[in-house]
Amino acid sequence: MSGPIVRLFAVVVLLFALLVFFTSRWTVFEASSLNDNPLNVRTLLDELQIKRGQILADDGTVLAQSVPAPQHTWTRFYPTRDLFSQAVGYSIAAQGRQAGLEQSAGPELRGVQTGLDSIFGQLSPRPVGDNVYTTLDPKSQKVAVQELAGRAGSVVALDPRTGAVLTMYANPTYDNNNPDPKACKAPSCLVNNSTQAAWPPGSTFKVVTAAAAIDSGEYTPNSVVDGKSPRTVSGVPLQNDNNQSFGNIDLTTALTYSVNTVWAQVAEHVGRKTMTDYMKRFGFYDKPPLDYPSGQIRASLPVAPNGRPYKIPGSPLEDIGRIGIGQGGLLVTPLQMAMVAAAVANHGTLMKPHFIDKVLDPDGRTVRTVDPSVYHEVMKPSTAQALSQMMRRVVEEGTGTPAQLGGISVAGKTGTASIGAPGSGLTEPWFIGFAPAEDPKVAVAVTIAQTQGGFGGTVAAPIAKAVIQTLLAEGK
Amino acid sequence: MSARNRELLGLVPASLLVTAGFAGVFIQRSNALSNVSLTYGALFLGLCIAAHVFIRITLPRADPYMFPLVAVLASFGLVMIYRISPTLARQQAQWFVLGLILFAATILLFRDYRKLERYRYIIVFISLGLLVLPRLPGIGYAANGAYLGVRIPGLFVFQPSEFAKIGLVIFLASYLRDTRQVLVQGGRRFLGITLPPIKYFGPVVVIWGLAMATLVVLSDTGSSVMFYGGLLAMLYVATNRVSFVVIGLIAAAIGFWYLGTHIPHIHARVETWLHPLNPTLYHRPLGSYQVANAMFAQSAGGLFGQGFGRAALTTINGGPLLPFPQTDMIYAVITDELGLFGAVAVLITYLLFVARGFKTAMLARDSFSTLLAVGLSAMFALQVFVIVGGVTRVIPLTGVTLPFISYGGSSIVANLVLLALLLLISDRARRPA
Repeated sequence: MSGPIVRLFAVVVLLFALLVFFTSRWTVFEASSLNDNPLNVRTLLDELQIKRGQILADDGTVLAQSVPAPQHTWTRFYPTRDLFSQAVGYSIAAQGRQAGLEQSAGPELRGVQTGLDSIFGQLSPRPVGDNVYTTLDPKSQKVAVQELAGRAGSVVALDPRTGAVLTMYANPTYDNNNPDPKACKAPSCLVNNSTQAAWPPGSTFKVVTAAAAIDSGEYTPNSVVDGKSPRTVSGVPLQNDNNQSFGNIDLTTALTYSVNTVWAQVAEHVGRKTMTDYMKRFGFYDKPPLDYPSGQIRASLPVAPNGRPYKIPGSPLEDIGRIGIGQGGLLVTPLQMAMVAAAVANHGTLMKPHFIDKVLDPDGRTVRTVDPSVYHEVMKPSTAQALSQMMRRVVEEGTGTPAQLGGISVAGKTGTASIGAPGSGLTEPWFIGFAPAEDPKVAVAVTIAQTQGGFGGTVAAPIAKAVIQTLLAEGK
Repeated sequence: MSARNRELLGLVPASLLVTAGFAGVFIQRSNALSNVSLTYGALFLGLCIAAHVFIRITLPRADPYMFPLVAVLASFGLVMIYRISPTLARQQAQWFVLGLILFAATILLFRDYRKLERYRYIIVFISLGLLVLPRLPGIGYAANGAYLGVRIPGLFVFQPSEFAKIGLVIFLASYLRDTRQVLVQGGRRFLGITLPPIKYFGPVVVIWGLAMATLVVLSDTGSSVMFYGGLLAMLYVATNRVSFVVIGLIAAAIGFWYLGTHIPHIHARVETWLHPLNPTLYHRPLGSYQVANAMFAQSAGGLFGQGFGRAALTTINGGPLLPFPQTDMIYAVITDELGLFGAVAVLITYLLFVARGFKTAMLARDSFSTLLAVGLSAMFALQVFVIVGGVTRVIPLTGVTLPFISYGGSSIVANLVLLALLLLISDRARRPA
């Protein structure tokens, strides 16, 4: 009977070969398509089993960390809660939701392995993510919260020399340990007003108009322009505050007292093309190149009365005169206005704004450092120097005197954008500026989204002053 | 080197494996090597040496490789179960001890196993009785739609089919020993195929009917395939007639096709086998979730696996990601953690055991012994094929245990009895004439 037994064993060997073949099918040949199958939750579980790195403030304060959760997984904890929720964002792997730096720095926080590491990754222990060190400054952030006092609005502070984001806080905010609109007061609390708001900049935009006017050679700070009020712009009368008429005044005076009729004329004279060109140099029309999810950044630009952007930048349909004074459908983000101040402060060179200073692996070895890099050469250093002088006058004797800091010169520009229905008296106060004016180390933009008749100088400038003071006292 | 010394040497890899395996799981669990792993290894090694000494005394000439191969499989299974649940592993270890006691009892009681032939009808009726037990009200219960288990409340739970398979093999070996000549010679040739005489073929037809009935009444596809395949293997070895096997396979194919299309429970199994990644089937209760996740577990393992203790078994909220990881799905867990290489190593170990079983059958000097060894080895091989084939989607998934590795008292005890019978046959075969 041994013949049949040998043949029977051959059949068994064949059957087992079939098992080996099918096992290799799932483990090797079709593994990647199985791993990517939407029904497969193992990828998600793997994600949960990675101990993501920390996100830290510039003083070492932990802004995000991983804490153990059941089933050998990790969950994220944000010790600073609503203080840094907008910049840091959140990562809830179980729901596939993420935002902020948690999203944009995700690959580094997860410690994604590349090249040889990924081949031998199977043999090494579970990955631990790298730690992300940011430029964010907790002290000034707390001052921003305190000064905004719950009012909707935003404070953004940059180091104009490097583009480092020092402060970024906006109301409404949320606790990123529970990023649920239902858990906070405002339904739009997950929106970061510092990078996503669409607010009219008001007279702070006159800095851009002035830069275009002087840098293009059309004007000097001493050029004299008629400041009578009202004045017809694009067929509609435009008034100064309180309909105050100024006689023939130079541009420095016109900026100091924020004379609308002068700057509307200047913008019209400089023309759409040059104005649009300079706006682009300041970063308008593009999303700022921040290390932040692009879905959470809005480009600052003028929009048509129907709420949509014009088809082409500098469209003939734009009311360039009113855009020149920060109205006319121009909608900006506080980050963009901080970039305007930073460009003037840094001698006309706009640096790329960034949150991340460096990335270190869990053993403290440097993975990556962020070197400051130039975004745009906005204007000649001489133009920036002249504009800086004009902005100092604003704080010394103009609309921005509440921003004065004893012993330190501040350069700035106020804005009081009219919002709501005509005659409603609703305003959005603004202040942008930098200090010390001779050697700027801090550039800020501050706004309160809505006040009843509040002015940039009286409402926004004191907030800017407090934030600048805090940052300079820290030796920034 | 004598057979028994080779056996003793063969136990070394088994004990190394169990110690290394437990150490691996411990390191993974607590990042610290606990001396408990060494204790486990030492205890297991002690048990194996006790069994070895017993074999040395009672069956000095028996095949030296079978017991070490079983020890490797059992120690590996213990590590895998420990990794899934330490509580289950402790129970499994207790079952292993009970299994060894029954193993010894079998050897002592049936030193001359040929006397089993005398009781063949009693044995077959007991086996058939065992098979229908799970359908009896009060003690029988269904798992996953199949009637597999018997529960004596407060006492124990067991799977009768694990024991019935041995009884059926004993009966068939004895029956075919008597009738193999008549089956071949009394046959008529029809269209060039030798047809067996109906009179003697009757019992074989009964087994076919039994397999189908098992399928219909108990919904136990796995056991049904095992019994039927074992029958065909023995029939082929007994008669050396391929035509019988072909007729048998055709009859089975017709039976399975009919049942697969007409019994909803079996039809659903076939559907999930063919389309496991269909989202509708995936989310349906008792749908393709288990099969699909078996595939996902294997793809997660890749070539080398994720390492001991690293396979994901539960979802984030603690639900089962891989249902029945310690029984039906243990092969998927092995592949997840040890990869294609680990899985193939396990399959080769099984194949080596089956090879030793067939070798024993060839050495045996009487046809009852040969047929018994063939039947037991073939049934064992088929059991591995049915469950691994189900997990890897070669065939529809049906619940049988992976011998010596899966958690389950009945399985480990029954398979140790099976090992005892093979060793008894082997010892007699190797005795000088």
